[in-house]
Amino acid sequence: MNLRAIAAIYRYEMDRTRRTILQSVVAPVISTALYFVVFGAAIGGHMGAVGGVPYGAFIVPGLMMMSLLTQSISNASFGIYFPRFVGTFYEQLSAPISVVEIVTAYVGAAATKSVMLGLIILATAALFTPLSVQHPFWMLGFLVLTAVTFSLFGFAIGIWADNFEKLQLMPMLVVTPLAFLGGSFYSIDMLPPFWRSVSLFNPVVYLISGFRWSFFGTSDVNIVVSLAMTLGFMVACLAIIGWMFRTGYRLKA
Amino acid sequence: MSTILSISDLSKTYDGGFTALHPLNLDIARGEIFALLGPNGAGKTTLISIICGLVNASTGRVSVDGHDSITGFRKARAQIGLVPQELATESFETVWATVSFSRGLFGKPPNPALIEKILRDLSLWDKKDNRILTLSGGMKRRVMIAKALSHEPRILFLDEPTAGVDVDLRRDMWRLVRRLKDAGVTIILTTHYIEEAEEMADRIGVINRGRLMLVEEKDALMRNLGRKQVTVTLASQLGALPARLAERGVRLGDDGRALTWIYEPARVRAGMPGLLADIAAEGLTVADIDTRRSSLEDIFVDLVKGAQ
Repeated sequence: MNLRAIAAIYRYEMDRTRRTILQSVVAPVISTALYFVVFGAAIGGHMGAVGGVPYGAFIVPGLMMMSLLTQSISNASFGIYFPRFVGTFYEQLSAPISVVEIVTAYVGAAATKSVMLGLIILATAALFTPLSVQHPFWMLGFLVLTAVTFSLFGFAIGIWADNFEKLQLMPMLVVTPLAFLGGSFYSIDMLPPFWRSVSLFNPVVYLISGFRWSFFGTSDVNIVVSLAMTLGFMVACLAIIGWMFRTGYRLKA
Repeated sequence: MSTILSISDLSKTYDGGFTALHPLNLDIARGEIFALLGPNGAGKTTLISIICGLVNASTGRVSVDGHDSITGFRKARAQIGLVPQELATESFETVWATVSFSRGLFGKPPNPALIEKILRDLSLWDKKDNRILTLSGGMKRRVMIAKALSHEPRILFLDEPTAGVDVDLRRDMWRLVRRLKDAGVTIILTTHYIEEAEEMADRIGVINRGRLMLVEEKDALMRNLGRKQVTVTLASQLGALPARLAERGVRLGDDGRALTWIYEPARVRAGMPGLLADIAAEGLTVADIDTRRSSLEDIFVDLVKGAQ
């Protein structure tokens, strides 16, 4: 195991975060704060409690998840795409470092940033609405699992993308809509039966539902199913990345 | 001398069907400077890229000091430093950070004293805290060399190291190459500046259209393929070339005063006095004699043209 290489890449990626602190941390916190002002304070005051949870608190897990998904993807995809784009990735390819080590370093750094961001958003939310977390251990577990899974997904996107547009495509056109329709702002029980069934095909529903359960002890879908879906997606991402490195897809000619 | 790098039946056909490298065999001796010459698109960079792990080979294998480049990639790659042709550097990192990063990437423990020495050797020491984007192109090239040297490689690949580089850096670079060779580092370089290969290399390989056409000791190459041309300027004009000289293959210039003769270096001793004796026997007076040895460039152009 080339631990020094993992440490070198991890440190490099974290330095990059420090250099881009406004974009990586401050921007998502401000946008989340805006959601709380609009949906929590302004509109939420006129909404009834959802499953016994005040609306302002109800949207917290969904908002955290939404930032976690988009930021994990954008952090990890940019982290691998940029060295490919400017041509410095030759060094990683020529170094005595395995696929597992490369992925651990890049995805580890991206996931670290996302988890920190999630916790900062949670702290921000706590300023707007009274919050309690029923299962803190599970909450952290879901947070880390989701951050790692979507950083893996972002890493794969960063290898697949061969221009900046494609890099933005997935987060903008797929993940954000899925997060909005995945119950960030509502319980899918509130939907008509048809749309409720359709929603069950949205993987983000399982993430948000499981995460919300760790806060309030209630969920749209079974917690075991949530966990299984997330783990399944993670294994799929790992398989794709493994294939990419094995074949050299867009990494090696 | 023992072999440090062994390449056997290595070939590369890209997905589009273009064969950049036909099956190629080459052994590099420990501690030598090997120059790979070839026109653009000859396959030089493809060859280096396969050895360094940037490109997958279609067939064949590479062994670095006994370690297979695929199955033993950790030990193989740990010994190799690469300075690619394209200028590709970080922008926002400092020189110090990026060189230290490279050392870490190759699994070596931090060694600030060594990094300092490398930066001083490359005249980068006063730039160590500068962000790379503030450096000139030549300085960035130096940073790339520093990165390649940061993990103390036993084999250094320099792909077109002096292309687009100013005189200062070129001189520094060759000084560095000599010092590395003295320290026992094996150096494999590609270059367009043939006179540099001529000056620096122990052995030369000529590659064209993906085929290694020739590998030879530089001195032997110059001896065997080099020609000498002597030009004898006569004191007075000559109407026609005397038969004695024509038999030798001497040619008379249009001005009637210059006699040119091309001969094999191996026969220099026998040839020159004979030629001068013949000239004297014809009663001609010599005003000047000029000899020129064909350069590696001439040899190279002949070889590449001959193959086309």
